[in-house]
Amino acid sequence: MASIEEKKLKHLNRRELLKLAPLVAVGAFAVTRWQDPLLGRGVRLSDWASGLLFRRHHRAKTFSDADVAPFEKFPYNGYDDLDPGVDLENWTLTVAGNVRHPGEYTLAQIQALPKIRQNTRHVCVEGWDAIGSFGGARISDFLTLVGADTGSRFVTVECADDYYESLDMATALHAQSLLCYEMYGKPLDRGHGAPLRLSLPTKLGYKSAKYLTKLSVSNVLGAERGYWEDQGYSWYAGL
Amino acid sequence: MASGAQTGEPEAKRPEPELKLVTAAYEHPWAIRFTHWLNAAAVFVLAASGLRIFSAFPCFGSKVPERDLLNIPKALTLGGWLGGALQWHFTFMWLFAGSGLLYIAYQLISGHYKTVLFLPRDVKGVWPMTRHYFLFGPKPAMTEQYNALQKLAYTATVLFGVAALLTGIVLYKPVQFSWLAWPMGGYRLARVWHFAAMCGFLAFIPGHLIMVVLHGWSNFASMLTGWKRDPEYLPRRSSE
Repeated sequence: MASIEEKKLKHLNRRELLKLAPLVAVGAFAVTRWQDPLLGRGVRLSDWASGLLFRRHHRAKTFSDADVAPFEKFPYNGYDDLDPGVDLENWTLTVAGNVRHPGEYTLAQIQALPKIRQNTRHVCVEGWDAIGSFGGARISDFLTLVGADTGSRFVTVECADDYYESLDMATALHAQSLLCYEMYGKPLDRGHGAPLRLSLPTKLGYKSAKYLTKLSVSNVLGAERGYWEDQGYSWYAGL
Repeated sequence: MASGAQTGEPEAKRPEPELKLVTAAYEHPWAIRFTHWLNAAAVFVLAASGLRIFSAFPCFGSKVPERDLLNIPKALTLGGWLGGALQWHFTFMWLFAGSGLLYIAYQLISGHYKTVLFLPRDVKGVWPMTRHYFLFGPKPAMTEQYNALQKLAYTATVLFGVAALLTGIVLYKPVQFSWLAWPMGGYRLARVWHFAAMCGFLAFIPGHLIMVVLHGWSNFASMLTGWKRDPEYLPRRSSE
């Protein structure tokens, strides 16, 4: 391999350089108008892989009371208003979509379902996490109560502060996914989403919507997939 | 430059008057070159977008109270905002993992890893080479394709890359990969290790670039075409 004709070397150089041509494809990311579609595909690929990794019966780690962050150290982290002025007296949850019993549900009806109390880690997309104490009813029990078609693909929620979210059905049915009405053994305060929020230990925090007003079961997601998702966050957001 | 061509007698007819022999060696096979450049692009994107992600919570402690450690200049970051940076990160993580796995698989299958893997027997060669590079010490004899310091740098960087990938998996999927979070000391420490792995990987780059500049064009070109003209370890044809 020591001696080679110069012409031949030049020819080989060209040929070998051309073999790197596929790398030029990465340059497409530098083209402004291709960037968003390409990154959108990247996020969808990641979301698809995340869905495959989800295991229905695998539980998020739960913690002892000693590991729980003190109440005042559990962040409120509202995206906007920490008190959207919900009328707690007359509050109901509107249920719609693929359910046998649509209509208005009171907090008492939700509280009549088996109560789950769990200390789980709330992981924020920003990078912080906090172990909190959450109490409420399983979403799956509530879906049974309202006669939901759990073969549907999505559960979507709307909130009093104009926040909105949607979830894959597998996550909604997970045993740790709660319609949460208590934190730290007390009714939710206004900053944490009174009177009802989601608590989803297998999802990033922005999925755990607060101030719920409506829950629907559906097979299609509209243009509104989630407040942050519509601005570019991952939709699946599974942990 | 190096030439075997005759310039003397015009009557010494040659079939190929332009025939010129040069010294060259095929140093970097396609898999190495391809993964090198793909990885370079991925590391650049992941570090810049990662710094933007870190800026959303530049702290390794709790949220309340938050004690920010660093204020990273926006010019060093990619993505514009947290959501944009995450999109870059979640896209290029696949290219980083893919190029890394292809590189490691190629090294193992081809047996080429024997030339770059830093082993205990290479320890004794580190100091003489460091002294030569940084303290103007004598140049140690070249006995292998890569010297001890190169092996240390390449091996450590691959390990930092593996660490970045594993800690990244824990940050991305702490519930599904809780078994992997445990040896890292949990979710929060995994974030520290992820940052440290990036620092370790990036630490390689300045030295690497300085060496590339010092070794000149034919060395650089060999990472593009595989072929290195007049490699330093082979006698030049012109001197034959």
